[in-house]
Amino acid sequence: MKKTYKIEVDCAVCAGKMEDATKKVAGVVDASVAFLPQKMKVEFAEGADVDAVMAEVVKACKKVESDCEIYL
Amino acid sequence: MSKKQKKTLYRIIAAAICMVLLAVLPIPNQYVKSVLYLIPYLIVGYDVLRKAVLGIVHGEVFDENFLMAVATIGAMCLGEFTEGVAVMLFYQIGELFQSYAVGKSRKNITALMDICPEYANMETDGHLEQVDPDEVEEGSIIIVQPGEKIPIDGIVVEGTSIINTSALTGESVPREVRESDEVISGCVNMSGMLKIRTTKAFEDSTVSKILELVEESSMRKSRSENFITKFARYYTPAVCFGALALAVLPPLILFLMGQPPLLGQWVKRALTFLVISCPCALVISIPLSFFGGIGGASARGILVKGSNYLEALAQTSYLVCDKTGTLTRGVFEVAQICPVAGTEQELLTWAALAECYSNHPISRSLKEAYGQDIDTDRVSQVEEISGKGVTAQVDGKAVAAGNQKLMAMYGISPAEPDQPGTIIHVAVDGIYKGYLLIADTVKPTAKTAVRELKKAGIQKVIMLTGDGKKTAEAVAAELGVDEVHSELLPGDKVTLVEQLLASKKEQEKLAFVGDGINDAPVLSRADIGIAMGAMGSDAAIEAADIVLMDDDPAKIALAMKISRKTLGIVYQNIVGALFVKAACLILGALGLAGMWAAIFADVGVMVLAVLNATRALGTKHL
Repeated sequence: MKKTYKIEVDCAVCAGKMEDATKKVAGVVDASVAFLPQKMKVEFAEGADVDAVMAEVVKACKKVESDCEIYL
Repeated sequence: MSKKQKKTLYRIIAAAICMVLLAVLPIPNQYVKSVLYLIPYLIVGYDVLRKAVLGIVHGEVFDENFLMAVATIGAMCLGEFTEGVAVMLFYQIGELFQSYAVGKSRKNITALMDICPEYANMETDGHLEQVDPDEVEEGSIIIVQPGEKIPIDGIVVEGTSIINTSALTGESVPREVRESDEVISGCVNMSGMLKIRTTKAFEDSTVSKILELVEESSMRKSRSENFITKFARYYTPAVCFGALALAVLPPLILFLMGQPPLLGQWVKRALTFLVISCPCALVISIPLSFFGGIGGASARGILVKGSNYLEALAQTSYLVCDKTGTLTRGVFEVAQICPVAGTEQELLTWAALAECYSNHPISRSLKEAYGQDIDTDRVSQVEEISGKGVTAQVDGKAVAAGNQKLMAMYGISPAEPDQPGTIIHVAVDGIYKGYLLIADTVKPTAKTAVRELKKAGIQKVIMLTGDGKKTAEAVAAELGVDEVHSELLPGDKVTLVEQLLASKKEQEKLAFVGDGINDAPVLSRADIGIAMGAMGSDAAIEAADIVLMDDDPAKIALAMKISRKTLGIVYQNIVGALFVKAACLILGALGLAGMWAAIFADVGVMVLAVLNATRALGTKHL
């Protein structure tokens, strides 16, 4: 399953870091963060609990870029 | 400017004023002065310092904030207060500019795609009510007044009007709609009020699909973007280690050689390195260029599904296209009227009246060419002779319209003109009057399109069709297509495209253009699948990589030009930024460029790269 989220991030490098961090979260098959439209697309593993996975994603992203915002 | 940007601006101004005051005011005590310099430094750089600390805590050492913090604190430790504060100040100016410019072009691009309707009108108890289009259920009746956008795809149930499709197609040819016509969302209703029964929910409507597609396009990253992301990952650490080596090795060697180590001087050069270590200019300007290119293309009715496709399009050497519906209109039309006696109009009138009761596509095209309402009272005793044509009494005369076999019944043996299409011979009272040629006509822009494509660098244009050889070759010759394959079944098209894909070189890309209705397998098989005239066709939007919103084949060449221009900007930025950075690193290492030069080069290159990237948005003069 794929879902798109609106995000807020200040620089393109940071968006890249968020993408890498999100990909490493368990339950995420693939992720793509686009800086310009300020959107993040996450592909979840089969049967994953979306809310729980996204909570982890937010944590992981905050770790690499403290100023980022993900609107769930 | 956003709130965040304004705040940064005020901080920059405040810090700059402090700097000027400190430079002007006579402060004799060196210690007091150094403490005072901390004021503008903290005003302008506190967030950088905070992020740097957080970065270290989270194990992100080669973070740009960390590097800026080390460089500026290092400079101040060496007693270079002005430089330390100035570097931080300029860094923030650069960041502010970048964020402003990016926000601006994001806005420009979304303005180009200003097709999203804000509301839908629904009638409740006799008066109109504006509702959120998301809440309108499929099958509801909505009302669109003149000047409003059609919010949801549907069928007109009442009213006639002219609608403007330019927001979707980039072409401002208005279309007339009346009862039972399908209309798609995003078009602007220009003249009359329309009552529309929606056939889709808002989220499945054309407008939502298009917006989603354009927004998601930046998620399919191009090779250049991936290259830069990878490059940035190695560049920053490499420069940092270079800085460390520069700070340690030369003084060590000098010391071992028994000379003064000049540690301060080498550390200063190393700090200059850190200032140049940020790859921002590249990392921001490349996706920005692609975003601009895609936005510019969509304003011209070309939807590109990803930066990777825009990039690949510039390398297209083979263009395979379907004939019907792509190069030709895909509808039958009267292409030629050749009377042997009387005028063209007379011949057309005879044929159209005789065929007026038939619903065959050929009869319809005759009626359409005739253009006027047909007075059926003039026609009687209509008889369809299957496989031959029609006979009828028109204005008291016996008219026969049909093929050679029909003419033979009257003892006429007209010459069969050697042209592709269907020939309708007409005889009146047993006397041959001439013939009409009915054919699938070539689109008016098709010929220039093929020529433009060749100019844009396509080596070979290959046409595929299920039609007969004669028709196919005639069209190919007219358009200047290089290769034709006729009498193909849908499966044959896939096989042929696969053969072509296998025989070409790796870096030469193959694009396939089809009308998207039954070409889905070929569209997805080609390197780049281009669907045309796809307005409202979900299957085509799904299968294709590039969607041409109108039927114009000339748009393919335009798309290639946009792609070339975008890639040109991308390469200019990569080469330009790398060159300036390399030059600064060398000059910095030699001690010829100080921190001032480094920060100017860094911010300057970024400003230039961002400005250059915004050029990709312009497609007017292509």
